[in-house]
Amino acid sequence: LQEKEELIEEWQPEPLVPPVSKDHPALNYNIVSGPPTHKITVNGKECINFASFNFLGLLDNEKVKNAAQASLKKYGVGTCGPRGFYGTFDVHLELEERLAKFMRTEEAIIYSYGFATIASAIPAYSKRGDIVFVDEAACFAIQKGLQASRSNIKLFKHNDMADLERLLKEQETEDQKNPRKARVTRRFIVVEGLYMNTGDVCPLPELIKLKYKYKVRIFLEESLSFGVLGEHGRGITEHFGINIDDIDLISANMENSLASIGGFCCGRSFVIDHQRLSGQGYCFSASLPPLLAAAAIEALNIMEDNPVLFVCLFVFCLDIFQILQGKCKRIHRALQGISGLKLVGESFSPALHLQLEESCGSRENDVKLLKRVVDYCMNSGIALTQACYLEKEEKCLPPPSIRVVVTVEQTEQELDKAASLIREAAQSVLN
Amino acid sequence: QKNGVSNGSLYKKPFTEHFEQAPLYVAVLTFVGFGVGTIFGYLRDFMRAWGLEKCNIAAEREQQKDFVPLYQDFENFYTRNLYMRIRDNWNRPICSVPGPQFDLMERVTDDYNWTFRFTGRTIKNVINMGSYNYLGFAEKDANALKTVTKELQKYGTGICSTRQEMGTLDKHIELEKLVARFLGVEDAMVFGMGFATNSMNIPALVGKGCLILSDELNHTSLVLGARLSGATIKIFKHNNVQSLESLLKDAIIYGQPRSHRAWKKIIILVEGIYSMEGSIVRLPEIVSLKKKYKAYLYLDEAHSIGAVGATGRGVVEYFGMNPDDVDVLMGTFTKSFGAAGGYIAGKKDLVDFLRTHSHSAVYATSMCPPVAEQIIRAMKCLMGLDGTTQGLQRVHQLGKNTRYFRRRLHEMGFIIYGNDDSPVVPLLLYMPGKIGAFARRMLEKNIGVVVVGFPATPITESRARFCVSAAHTREIIMVLQVLNALDELGDFLQLKYSRYSKSSHPELYEDTRFELED
Repeated sequence: LQEKEELIEEWQPEPLVPPVSKDHPALNYNIVSGPPTHKITVNGKECINFASFNFLGLLDNEKVKNAAQASLKKYGVGTCGPRGFYGTFDVHLELEERLAKFMRTEEAIIYSYGFATIASAIPAYSKRGDIVFVDEAACFAIQKGLQASRSNIKLFKHNDMADLERLLKEQETEDQKNPRKARVTRRFIVVEGLYMNTGDVCPLPELIKLKYKYKVRIFLEESLSFGVLGEHGRGITEHFGINIDDIDLISANMENSLASIGGFCCGRSFVIDHQRLSGQGYCFSASLPPLLAAAAIEALNIMEDNPVLFVCLFVFCLDIFQILQGKCKRIHRALQGISGLKLVGESFSPALHLQLEESCGSRENDVKLLKRVVDYCMNSGIALTQACYLEKEEKCLPPPSIRVVVTVEQTEQELDKAASLIREAAQSVLN
Repeated sequence: QKNGVSNGSLYKKPFTEHFEQAPLYVAVLTFVGFGVGTIFGYLRDFMRAWGLEKCNIAAEREQQKDFVPLYQDFENFYTRNLYMRIRDNWNRPICSVPGPQFDLMERVTDDYNWTFRFTGRTIKNVINMGSYNYLGFAEKDANALKTVTKELQKYGTGICSTRQEMGTLDKHIELEKLVARFLGVEDAMVFGMGFATNSMNIPALVGKGCLILSDELNHTSLVLGARLSGATIKIFKHNNVQSLESLLKDAIIYGQPRSHRAWKKIIILVEGIYSMEGSIVRLPEIVSLKKKYKAYLYLDEAHSIGAVGATGRGVVEYFGMNPDDVDVLMGTFTKSFGAAGGYIAGKKDLVDFLRTHSHSAVYATSMCPPVAEQIIRAMKCLMGLDGTTQGLQRVHQLGKNTRYFRRRLHEMGFIIYGNDDSPVVPLLLYMPGKIGAFARRMLEKNIGVVVVGFPATPITESRARFCVSAAHTREIIMVLQVLNALDELGDFLQLKYSRYSKSSHPELYEDTRFELED
């Protein structure tokens, strides 16, 4: 007993948190005064916003704000309860119906936080013993969802269908050894429409072929591609012309194109209804404040009505999606050939990355170098940011990069100015 | 009757909790009830499989019929056969502000709860005993929401970026300073969702090689955060200090399993008020334990912030303790502040670490500005910074309502769980048949209640849960109306199981001028 007392006395735990150095980059973050719209005031300086994911410019839209104001007058701010206990408002039901109709699926379900959407959806279906094939460049929310599900994760190289097929074949031979187990093991492929970490698009038609060949279900994460790709903004399925019923679950967050907060999943009722009782972020968390749901409904209205702009004298109409595509292509062209920096991402992706052509040894130094480029641009009136990652937690850490975000509100002069400024900054900092 | 009055030296005022056990016949009848339900469930499944009964369940696509089934048949047995029968008592849609009274949309079902149809009518002015509106800040009064309206016009509703990139607004800085001041700590950080605050920050604080000691009845978000962190988890009995102490002793003496190396850190996860039991954590004893064994304490005040304590500052104030004693103070703004989101507060080192290493700061959108403004105005009201004493009045009103409500229910003979000062009041129903009957009949009397059954509670302990609100007694009628309805319904459904508390002077409590000792 004496020994035990001594052991208790002697034990020293580690400090609760390790000390963080005062000049850690994340502690000196940018403070934005006022709304983060097209013209943004960062750290007291007015800049043009190339860093917020406000693709369709709906953050500042008067109609959206009026809808939110009307909702505020009727419902107040919070919902004071989860969906099961009087937290379901008629605006939530309306938003779910509208999203399902827009995406042309049977049903949709809303979450009150974008990150929690895919992180709750995956563990609702995939449990211990199931197998999930996921792309290496999947975003952190997907990784957390997979971790919570406790399933077997198999990573395949980014956008490499041959690698995926190899893994699927391996799994098939495994199955033949143990057919009883194979009959109850569910399989899923999790991919993103437009990858946040690389700006690429996933080859969906080939994935559909693989789905039916190897009997695997597909979960598609469309946070960046919703409201961007496709003729009407319905995302990557419209972009490739694929029947939406071929995808088992589409998950997206409303925080990018719809300029609101929260996320949704849509698909067939057979799939989506299950989340109403087993999606943790849905059942155990308060529902989305009604003013945000009303803002999302109004934003969806605007996306559907599709405002057209007449360009020049040619009575040449372009809707906002085509305008956005045009701007993406423009900046993609303009940022080619900068010495020291290479552009990563598709020409129609509104979120691009600028990585260093040659790393200077350590990640820390790379980050510092890129920060100098960003600071140079900020001082001259273009607000950029570096893509932030948790270095120790990511499965496949992407290289440090500067994020360039294109929105419909940026004019052609501003796009050209940004490109030439980045070129100048690269010249002065990297040479 | 387990009455927890413990070592008086640590507690400045009496700590009384009740967890009465029901008589044996109730447990027997409950199991019988579930048994009957299960038999009928099998019967129904059989009839559906043979086409004798219409199958309303959604089915897999034709093209995917040879895929591995998405759901195990048995997993859904409970949902299909037991939950489906009384499904109309949950997910009731409302169409007004969730204040002390609200408007419900009337829904009917033509096929025994498989689908619902809205008739288009609304049931007006239903008394709200289910929403987490403890201090009554869920209001739509234009004057109260003046500043929120202004901020909404100025900022809009979205942020479109994460905290570390371009998503930190001046509003967040203002809110964080105010929260730190309110709680009496060095610094605080706010997050967009309460659930995510737990699930994204616990993994940042602990990892492999650490030990988490978590209460039996912790909320799903705490359990998820603990699992995602990768640390070893050990459960101690609900609010049981002896169980916790023995786990702590063993942990330090024997170290990690197999390797017997010392643990890197030991962290204790508890909640302020447990939402299904209504019990308050035994904070003074746990703090003295943690000091003795050098563990860290993580306190989740989702339900207790704003609801207990002389000025609404949570369980730390309720027990008269120093906020520095708790290492990590976490809470949500959804319940007492009528907004959304969560916070973590504590020493500056802790918060700086979270700013750099929290998953939410790097990958998730920050809080929306109008919501932040609602929290700011509610907190200012509570602290008295808006020049009125309205905040304090609300806290006192809530305390009075809670004590009165609980005392009346005890006298009527219901079994109520939890601490006398907790605004969460679970009323035990036990039998599965009564769950549906209770909720439906209360709705007929124009009162909206929340009922919970398995799997959120143990299978034999289904309950109705009331959330008392400070807004309930602007007109005393509301509380009395509810109590009278409960009295009637209790007799009708035979819910008065308690063997102890029949009052001997019922006529004294008919007096509506209820002045309570404070």
